[in-house]
Amino acid sequence: MQIGKAVVKKNHLIKVLVSLLTFVGAPTSTLAGSEDLVVEGAWARASIGTSRPGAAYMSIRNTGDTPVTIVGLATPIAQMSEIHETRTNAEGVSSMSSAGEITIEPGQNVALEPGGLHAMLMRLQSPMQEGESFPLTLKFDNGSTVEIVVPILGIAARGPSE
Amino acid sequence: MAATAALLYIGLLLRPDSVSENERTASDSPFFAEFELTDHRGMVQTQRDFSGRWMLIFFGFTNCPDICPTTLSEVAAVMEGLGGEAEKVQPIFITIDRERDSPMVLSQYVEQFEAGIIGLTGTANQMAAISDSFPIFFERNEEASAPGGYTMSHTSNLFLFDPQAGYSTSWPYGTSAEEILADLQERI
Ligand SMILES: [Cu+2]
Ligand SMILES: [Cu+2]
Repeated sequence: MQIGKAVVKKNHLIKVLVSLLTFVGAPTSTLAGSEDLVVEGAWARASIGTSRPGAAYMSIRNTGDTPVTIVGLATPIAQMSEIHETRTNAEGVSSMSSAGEITIEPGQNVALEPGGLHAMLMRLQSPMQEGESFPLTLKFDNGSTVEIVVPILGIAARGPSE
Repeated sequence: MAATAALLYIGLLLRPDSVSENERTASDSPFFAEFELTDHRGMVQTQRDFSGRWMLIFFGFTNCPDICPTTLSEVAAVMEGLGGEAEKVQPIFITIDRERDSPMVLSQYVEQFEAGIIGLTGTANQMAAISDSFPIFFERNEEASAPGGYTMSHTSNLFLFDPQAGYSTSWPYGTSAEEILADLQERI
Protein backbone atom coordinates (compact mmCIF):
# COMPACT_ATOMS: atom_id res chain seq x y z
CA MET A 1 0.00 0.00 0.00
CA GLN A 2 3.02 2.32 0.10
CA ILE A 3 3.10 2.69 -3.66
CA GLY A 4 0.76 5.37 -4.84
CA LYS A 5 0.43 6.84 -1.36
CA ALA A 6 1.95 10.12 -0.49
CA VAL A 7 5.45 10.33 0.82
CA VAL A 8 4.89 13.50 2.77
CA LYS A 9 7.97 15.63 3.19
CA LYS A 10 8.50 19.02 4.70
CA ASN A 11 10.40 21.33 2.49
CA HIS A 12 13.55 21.45 4.55
CA LEU A 13 15.52 23.51 2.08
CA ILE A 14 13.05 26.38 2.04
CA LYS A 15 12.76 26.23 5.80
CA VAL A 16 16.50 26.47 6.15
CA LEU A 17 16.62 29.39 3.73
CA VAL A 18 13.83 31.21 5.52
CA SER A 19 15.63 30.66 8.82
CA LEU A 20 18.86 32.01 7.40
CA LEU A 21 17.23 35.07 5.85
CA THR A 22 15.24 36.04 8.89
CA PHE A 23 17.91 35.07 11.41
CA VAL A 24 16.04 34.69 14.66
CA GLY A 25 12.45 34.12 15.49
CA ALA A 26 11.54 33.00 11.99
CA PRO A 27 8.10 31.52 12.38
CA THR A 28 8.55 28.37 10.34
CA SER A 29 4.84 27.87 10.85
CA THR A 30 4.26 30.38 8.02
CA LEU A 31 4.95 27.35 5.88
CA ALA A 32 1.81 25.38 6.44
CA GLY A 33 2.68 21.79 6.96
CA SER A 34 2.44 19.57 3.91
CA GLU A 35 1.21 16.91 6.32
CA ASP A 36 -2.18 18.54 5.70
CA LEU A 37 -2.10 17.30 2.12
CA VAL A 38 -2.86 13.68 1.48
CA VAL A 39 -2.28 12.28 -1.99
CA GLU A 40 -3.74 8.89 -2.76
CA GLY A 41 -4.44 6.51 -5.60
CA ALA A 42 -1.74 7.83 -7.91
CA TRP A 43 -1.22 6.03 -11.20
CA ALA A 44 -0.11 6.66 -14.75
CA ARG A 45 -0.33 4.81 -18.04
CA ALA A 46 2.73 3.49 -19.80
CA SER A 47 3.97 5.63 -22.69
CA ILE A 48 5.22 4.48 -26.06
CA GLY A 49 8.74 5.89 -26.08
CA THR A 50 9.27 9.53 -25.20
CA SER A 51 7.86 11.41 -28.19
CA ARG A 52 4.31 11.72 -26.88
CA PRO A 53 3.11 13.25 -23.61
CA GLY A 54 2.00 11.16 -20.65
CA ALA A 55 -0.58 11.73 -17.95
CA ALA A 56 -0.79 10.88 -14.25
CA TYR A 57 -3.85 10.68 -12.02
CA MET A 58 -4.39 10.88 -8.26
CA SER A 59 -6.58 12.40 -5.61
CA ILE A 60 -5.38 15.24 -3.39
CA ARG A 61 -7.10 15.99 -0.10
CA ASN A 62 -6.62 19.04 2.06
CA THR A 63 -7.00 17.90 5.67
CA GLY A 64 -5.88 21.27 7.06
CA ASP A 65 -8.01 24.26 7.97
CA THR A 66 -6.80 26.74 5.34
CA PRO A 67 -7.25 26.64 1.55
CA VAL A 68 -4.21 25.40 -0.35
CA THR A 69 -3.43 26.08 -4.01
CA ILE A 70 -1.41 23.77 -6.23
CA VAL A 71 1.00 26.02 -8.08
CA GLY A 72 3.22 23.56 -9.88
CA LEU A 73 4.46 20.07 -10.58
CA ALA A 74 7.91 18.68 -11.13
CA THR A 75 9.24 15.28 -12.09
CA PRO A 76 12.60 14.12 -13.40
CA ILE A 77 10.88 12.12 -16.15
CA ALA A 78 9.40 15.17 -17.92
CA GLN A 79 10.91 18.50 -18.85
CA MET A 80 7.57 20.17 -18.38
CA SER A 81 4.60 19.16 -16.31
CA GLU A 82 1.44 20.94 -15.32
CA ILE A 83 -2.12 20.22 -14.39
CA HIS A 84 -4.36 20.02 -17.43
CA GLU A 85 -8.09 19.86 -17.70
CA THR A 86 -9.99 17.94 -20.34
CA ARG A 87 -13.38 19.43 -21.11
CA THR A 88 -16.09 17.84 -23.20
CA ASN A 89 -18.71 20.24 -24.57
CA ALA A 90 -22.40 19.62 -25.22
CA GLU A 91 -21.61 18.44 -28.76
CA GLY A 92 -19.28 15.77 -27.42
CA VAL A 93 -16.07 17.50 -28.48
CA SER A 94 -13.19 17.06 -26.04
CA SER A 95 -10.14 19.23 -25.69
CA MET A 96 -7.55 19.82 -23.01
CA SER A 97 -5.64 22.82 -21.79
CA SER A 98 -3.76 24.06 -18.76
CA ALA A 99 -6.02 24.08 -15.71
CA GLY A 100 -4.16 26.98 -14.10
CA GLU A 101 -3.85 27.02 -10.33
CA ILE A 102 -6.12 24.71 -8.42
CA THR A 103 -7.26 25.61 -4.93
CA ILE A 104 -8.36 22.92 -2.51
CA GLU A 105 -10.60 24.16 0.28
CA PRO A 106 -10.19 22.75 3.79
CA GLY A 107 -11.61 19.27 4.02
CA GLN A 108 -12.01 19.07 0.26
CA ASN A 109 -10.61 16.67 -2.27
CA VAL A 110 -9.49 17.26 -5.83
CA ALA A 111 -9.56 14.26 -8.13
CA LEU A 112 -7.22 14.02 -11.10
CA GLU A 113 -8.93 11.37 -13.20
CA PRO A 114 -9.45 10.44 -16.87
CA GLY A 115 -11.66 12.91 -18.70
CA GLY A 116 -11.17 15.63 -16.07
CA LEU A 117 -7.97 16.89 -14.51
CA HIS A 118 -4.64 15.20 -15.15
CA ALA A 119 -0.99 15.81 -14.49
CA MET A 120 0.26 16.38 -18.03
CA LEU A 121 3.82 15.17 -18.47
CA MET A 122 5.42 16.82 -21.48
CA ARG A 123 8.77 16.28 -23.18
CA LEU A 124 9.41 12.97 -21.51
CA GLN A 125 13.02 12.36 -20.59
CA SER A 126 12.56 8.63 -20.30
CA PRO A 127 9.81 6.27 -21.43
CA MET A 128 7.14 5.44 -18.88
CA GLN A 129 7.41 1.68 -18.59
CA GLU A 130 4.75 -0.58 -17.16
CA GLY A 131 5.76 -1.91 -13.75
CA GLU A 132 8.10 0.97 -13.02
CA SER A 133 7.33 4.14 -11.07
CA PHE A 134 8.51 7.72 -10.96
CA PRO A 135 8.62 10.54 -8.38
CA LEU A 136 6.32 13.53 -8.80
CA THR A 137 6.52 16.66 -6.67
CA LEU A 138 3.46 18.81 -6.10
CA LYS A 139 4.18 22.41 -5.13
CA PHE A 140 1.72 24.46 -3.12
CA ASP A 141 1.27 28.19 -2.63
CA ASN A 142 2.22 27.97 1.02
CA GLY A 143 5.68 26.83 0.05
CA SER A 144 5.15 23.23 1.00
CA THR A 145 5.76 20.37 -1.34
CA VAL A 146 4.54 16.80 -1.43
CA GLU A 147 6.52 14.16 -3.20
CA ILE A 148 4.72 11.06 -4.33
CA VAL A 149 5.72 7.91 -6.17
CA VAL A 150 3.51 7.18 -9.16
CA PRO A 151 3.25 3.56 -10.29
CA ILE A 152 3.12 3.04 -14.05
CA LEU A 153 0.39 0.68 -15.19
CA GLY A 154 -0.19 -0.74 -18.66
CA ILE A 155 -1.37 1.53 -21.46
CA ALA A 156 -4.79 -0.12 -21.33
CA ALA A 157 -5.13 0.33 -17.55
CA ARG A 158 -8.49 1.70 -16.46
CA GLY A 159 -7.58 2.90 -12.98
CA PRO A 160 -5.37 2.52 -9.95
CA SER A 161 -7.09 -0.59 -8.59
CA GLU A 162 -6.09 -2.77 -11.50
CA MET B 1 -28.56 13.54 -26.20
CA ALA B 2 -30.43 16.24 -28.05
CA ALA B 3 -27.14 17.76 -29.13
CA THR B 4 -25.89 14.44 -30.46
CA ALA B 5 -29.14 13.91 -32.30
CA ALA B 6 -28.88 17.41 -33.76
CA LEU B 7 -25.34 16.72 -34.84
CA LEU B 8 -26.39 13.47 -36.48
CA TYR B 9 -29.24 15.23 -38.19
CA ILE B 10 -26.88 17.88 -39.53
CA GLY B 11 -24.55 15.12 -40.72
CA LEU B 12 -27.50 13.58 -42.53
CA LEU B 13 -28.55 16.84 -44.14
CA LEU B 14 -25.05 17.49 -45.34
CA ARG B 15 -24.70 14.27 -47.24
CA PRO B 16 -28.02 12.63 -48.01
CA ASP B 17 -26.96 11.55 -51.50
CA SER B 18 -23.64 9.87 -50.79
CA VAL B 19 -25.23 6.61 -49.66
CA SER B 20 -26.28 4.05 -52.22
CA GLU B 21 -29.91 2.97 -52.40
CA ASN B 22 -28.93 -0.63 -51.68
CA GLU B 23 -27.36 0.33 -48.40
CA ARG B 24 -30.36 2.44 -47.53
CA THR B 25 -32.78 -0.42 -47.92
CA ALA B 26 -30.50 -2.83 -46.06
CA SER B 27 -30.89 -0.82 -42.89
CA ASP B 28 -33.00 2.10 -41.81
CA SER B 29 -30.05 3.88 -40.24
CA PRO B 30 -29.83 7.66 -40.36
CA PHE B 31 -26.44 7.46 -42.08
CA PHE B 32 -23.75 5.04 -43.17
CA ALA B 33 -20.07 4.79 -42.40
CA GLU B 34 -18.06 5.50 -45.51
CA PHE B 35 -14.29 5.72 -45.73
CA GLU B 36 -11.22 4.80 -47.68
CA LEU B 37 -8.15 4.90 -45.48
CA THR B 38 -4.83 3.14 -44.89
CA ASP B 39 -4.59 0.87 -41.90
CA HIS B 40 -1.73 0.43 -39.43
CA ARG B 41 -0.36 -2.42 -41.54
CA GLY B 42 -0.28 -0.22 -44.64
CA MET B 43 -3.35 -1.77 -46.30
CA VAL B 44 -6.14 0.27 -47.85
CA GLN B 45 -9.44 -0.34 -46.07
CA THR B 46 -12.98 0.78 -46.73
CA GLN B 47 -16.19 0.08 -44.83
CA ARG B 48 -16.80 -2.79 -47.29
CA ASP B 49 -13.80 -4.64 -45.84
CA PHE B 50 -15.74 -4.92 -42.59
CA SER B 51 -19.15 -5.71 -44.01
CA GLY B 52 -20.95 -8.41 -42.08
CA ARG B 53 -19.36 -7.24 -38.84
CA TRP B 54 -20.24 -4.48 -36.43
CA MET B 55 -17.78 -1.60 -36.37
CA LEU B 56 -16.90 0.14 -33.11
CA ILE B 57 -15.27 3.38 -34.27
CA PHE B 58 -13.40 5.98 -32.24
CA PHE B 59 -11.76 9.11 -33.63
CA GLY B 60 -8.67 10.42 -31.88
CA PHE B 61 -4.93 10.96 -32.02
CA THR B 62 -1.97 9.11 -30.55
CA ASN B 63 -0.53 12.22 -28.87
CA CYS B 64 -3.61 12.40 -26.67
CA PRO B 65 -2.64 11.19 -23.17
CA ASP B 66 -6.12 11.22 -21.63
CA ILE B 67 -9.37 10.80 -23.58
CA CYS B 68 -7.99 8.52 -26.31
CA PRO B 69 -6.11 5.91 -24.27
CA THR B 70 -8.95 5.99 -21.74
CA THR B 71 -11.55 5.23 -24.40
CA LEU B 72 -9.40 2.59 -26.11
CA SER B 73 -8.84 0.89 -22.76
CA GLU B 74 -12.64 0.77 -22.36
CA VAL B 75 -12.90 -0.62 -25.89
CA ALA B 76 -10.31 -3.27 -25.00
CA ALA B 77 -12.37 -4.19 -21.92
CA VAL B 78 -15.52 -4.39 -24.07
CA MET B 79 -13.81 -6.68 -26.58
CA GLU B 80 -12.61 -8.92 -23.78
CA GLY B 81 -16.08 -8.93 -22.27
CA LEU B 82 -17.58 -10.04 -25.58
CA GLY B 83 -15.69 -13.31 -25.35
CA GLY B 84 -16.78 -15.59 -28.19
CA GLU B 85 -18.85 -12.81 -29.75
CA ALA B 86 -15.80 -10.60 -30.21
CA GLU B 87 -15.38 -11.80 -33.78
CA LYS B 88 -18.67 -10.09 -34.67
CA VAL B 89 -17.21 -6.70 -33.76
CA GLN B 90 -14.28 -4.83 -35.29
CA PRO B 91 -12.85 -2.04 -33.12
CA ILE B 92 -11.40 0.77 -35.24
CA PHE B 93 -9.36 3.84 -34.29
CA ILE B 94 -9.40 6.57 -36.95
CA THR B 95 -6.81 9.26 -36.40
CA ILE B 96 -7.85 12.89 -36.82
CA ASP B 97 -4.14 13.83 -36.76
CA ARG B 98 -2.81 12.48 -40.04
CA GLU B 99 0.29 14.69 -39.86
CA ARG B 100 1.70 12.88 -36.86
CA ASP B 101 -0.14 9.55 -37.08
CA SER B 102 1.38 7.54 -39.91
CA PRO B 103 0.51 3.85 -40.33
CA MET B 104 3.78 3.04 -38.50
CA VAL B 105 2.91 5.29 -35.55
CA LEU B 106 -0.60 3.80 -35.45
CA SER B 107 0.73 0.26 -35.43
CA GLN B 108 2.93 0.99 -32.38
CA TYR B 109 -0.10 2.48 -30.71
CA VAL B 110 -3.11 0.25 -31.41
CA GLU B 111 -1.22 -2.97 -30.84
CA GLN B 112 -0.48 -1.93 -27.25
CA PHE B 113 -4.16 -2.34 -26.40
CA GLU B 114 -4.13 -6.02 -27.45
CA ALA B 115 -7.74 -5.82 -28.56
CA GLY B 116 -7.41 -6.28 -32.32
CA ILE B 117 -8.00 -2.55 -32.90
CA ILE B 118 -7.39 -1.45 -36.48
CA GLY B 119 -5.75 1.98 -36.78
CA LEU B 120 -6.68 4.04 -39.83
CA THR B 121 -5.11 7.16 -41.31
CA GLY B 122 -5.23 8.82 -44.72
CA THR B 123 -4.33 11.60 -47.07
CA ALA B 124 -5.61 15.11 -46.52
CA ASN B 125 -8.41 14.44 -49.04
CA GLN B 126 -9.35 11.14 -47.44
CA MET B 127 -9.47 12.80 -44.04
CA ALA B 128 -11.63 15.62 -45.40
CA ALA B 129 -14.03 12.96 -46.69
CA ILE B 130 -14.14 11.45 -43.20
CA SER B 131 -15.27 14.70 -41.65
CA ASP B 132 -18.06 14.86 -44.23
CA SER B 133 -19.03 11.23 -43.80
CA PHE B 134 -19.24 11.11 -40.00
CA PRO B 135 -20.99 13.51 -37.61
CA ILE B 136 -17.71 14.47 -36.01
CA PHE B 137 -15.75 17.62 -35.33
CA PHE B 138 -12.04 18.06 -34.87
CA GLU B 139 -9.62 20.94 -35.00
CA ARG B 140 -6.02 21.74 -34.39
CA ASN B 141 -5.15 23.90 -31.38
CA GLU B 142 -1.76 25.59 -31.27
CA GLU B 143 0.05 24.68 -28.07
CA ALA B 144 3.72 25.55 -27.86
CA SER B 145 4.56 22.87 -25.29
CA ALA B 146 2.99 20.01 -27.28
CA PRO B 147 4.99 17.83 -29.68
CA GLY B 148 4.96 19.59 -33.06
CA GLY B 149 3.49 22.68 -31.40
CA TYR B 150 -0.16 21.66 -31.43
CA THR B 151 -2.80 19.48 -29.88
CA MET B 152 -6.24 18.44 -31.17
CA SER B 153 -9.82 18.87 -30.07
CA HIS B 154 -12.04 16.03 -31.22
CA THR B 155 -15.43 14.38 -30.92
CA SER B 156 -15.05 11.80 -28.18
CA ASN B 157 -18.17 9.70 -28.75
CA LEU B 158 -17.65 6.03 -29.50
CA PHE B 159 -19.71 5.05 -32.57
CA LEU B 160 -21.31 1.72 -33.38
CA PHE B 161 -22.20 0.72 -36.95
CA ASP B 162 -24.19 -2.36 -37.91
CA PRO B 163 -23.02 -5.10 -40.30
CA GLN B 164 -24.36 -3.04 -43.26
CA ALA B 165 -22.24 -0.07 -42.03
CA GLY B 166 -25.41 1.73 -40.91
CA TYR B 167 -25.20 3.92 -37.86
CA SER B 168 -26.49 2.07 -34.81
CA THR B 169 -25.66 4.21 -31.76
CA SER B 170 -22.97 6.21 -30.08
CA TRP B 171 -21.86 6.49 -26.48
CA PRO B 172 -20.53 9.73 -25.01
CA TYR B 173 -17.07 9.83 -23.48
CA GLY B 174 -17.12 8.44 -19.98
CA THR B 175 -19.60 5.62 -20.64
CA SER B 176 -18.14 2.64 -18.81
CA ALA B 177 -17.04 -0.50 -20.59
CA GLU B 178 -19.69 -2.41 -18.63
CA GLU B 179 -22.51 -0.19 -19.94
CA ILE B 180 -21.19 -0.30 -23.49
CA LEU B 181 -20.84 -4.06 -23.32
CA ALA B 182 -24.39 -4.55 -22.05
CA ASP B 183 -25.80 -2.27 -24.77
CA LEU B 184 -23.69 -3.91 -27.46
CA GLN B 185 -24.67 -7.43 -26.45
CA GLU B 186 -28.32 -6.51 -26.82
CA ARG B 187 -27.76 -5.21 -30.33
CA ILE B 188 -25.44 -7.77 -31.91
CU1 LIG C 1 -3.10 17.25 -21.06
CU1 LIG D 1 -8.07 12.25 -27.43
